[in-house]
Amino acid sequence: MRVVYFSSASENTHRFIQKLGVDADRIPLHPSEEPLAVSQPYVLVVPTYGGGSTGGAVPKQVIRFLNDPDNRSLIRGVISAGNTNFGEAYCLAGDIVAAKCHVPLLDRFELLGTPDDVERVRERLSHP
Amino acid sequence: MTNNLTLLRGVQAINWNRITDQVDSDVWDRLTSNFWLPEKVPLSNDVPSWRTLKPHEQLMTTRVFTGLTMLDTIQGTVGAVSLIPDARTPHEEAVYTNIAFMESVHAKSYSSIFSTLISTTEIDDAFRWSEENEYLQRKAQIILDFYYGDDPEKRKVASTMLESFLFYSGFYAPMYWSSRAKLTNTADLIRLIIRDEAVHGYYIGYKLQRALAEADQSRRDELKDYTFELLYELYDNEESYTEDLYDPLGLTEDVKMFLRYNANKALMNLGYEALFPKDAVAVSPAILAALSPNADENHDFFSGSGSSYVMGKAVNTEDEDWDF
Repeated sequence: MRVVYFSSASENTHRFIQKLGVDADRIPLHPSEEPLAVSQPYVLVVPTYGGGSTGGAVPKQVIRFLNDPDNRSLIRGVISAGNTNFGEAYCLAGDIVAAKCHVPLLDRFELLGTPDDVERVRERLSHP
Repeated sequence: MTNNLTLLRGVQAINWNRITDQVDSDVWDRLTSNFWLPEKVPLSNDVPSWRTLKPHEQLMTTRVFTGLTMLDTIQGTVGAVSLIPDARTPHEEAVYTNIAFMESVHAKSYSSIFSTLISTTEIDDAFRWSEENEYLQRKAQIILDFYYGDDPEKRKVASTMLESFLFYSGFYAPMYWSSRAKLTNTADLIRLIIRDEAVHGYYIGYKLQRALAEADQSRRDELKDYTFELLYELYDNEESYTEDLYDPLGLTEDVKMFLRYNANKALMNLGYEALFPKDAVAVSPAILAALSPNADENHDFFSGSGSSYVMGKAVNTEDEDWDF
């Protein structure tokens, strides 16, 4: 299964994707860049900007990507990154996208992911 | 160690309409929207619960909170302020002033807990303990030496270790009580502190990574070696500190799991891979659920007490829903 992901300037999620070693498309960071349009089914990997109110948990670049009905129709599942220290907002972006798109939240990991996280997610992606 | 006062030179009026690092602006917004004060937490509701704790449990808890007060005081008055002169952007300087102030709010909130739960004599005894406990004093000294030192990157590493690792020997106690339905309002306040520290650790670690990206390989190697050496030194001391506090309750081994779990996260905030393997970071699920109700896959559906349980309503998705 292909992966589409977003990573902020911290590059945490980007590094997780590199460790996974799967085919992946990155949602652009800056509004000035060409928007990403996909043509194959994919799993979305999205970090959570957690804490405080639940508003703003999904990065606005990801919202923009999913606002395209073609992109949205191809999503098959979501994996979220986060930090348990954000309490109720831990990986909240994954829950929100899963509920909005009616797809399963497949997995969660913290920050750039441990080797165990990488192995588990890789296994999950290879048996969709 | 130098005692010269280092202040920022060449100050220019800060222009928030010209952002060079988007992370500065994002973190500022996150921190300001997370702002809180201890007065909004109804701590006095914990008085009946506090009375159910045994004397040695109360003693451990008050000592833990003076230890946390010490770290917040250091971070507010020295740590965050010491990062300002080396900031890469004016917006980064502003973020540090926010971090410094919030750390002072955290330090003060422990005094709110004390004044609610214990007598003036007990408060004074607990603060005296914090001044005399060798492990607490040692960790303070290790960190302060780098804050007063002249290496800006080492200062950031030490600061991230404090924010993302050193607090957790203390944070364990209120999460433990919360998991047993005790001191739940105090735990709510501590969760606000934990949330703030998570943003601080993320941000300072990110700024270290920006500096590393520009450094040559020998400097990167030097800082990586330094980071792991510092972690080992602090971890050894945290083990002793933990035994001192938690041995009487028989909780030490579980607290050490929590320490290693957070040490891994401190390293990740600095851009390094986790050090401790899965078996060494197996935090008890009850503690993890107290920390983050959303992290517990096996949430007790019928208790109705968890804040993650909300009655769901199904609605169809429209395009406009995505306009948020």
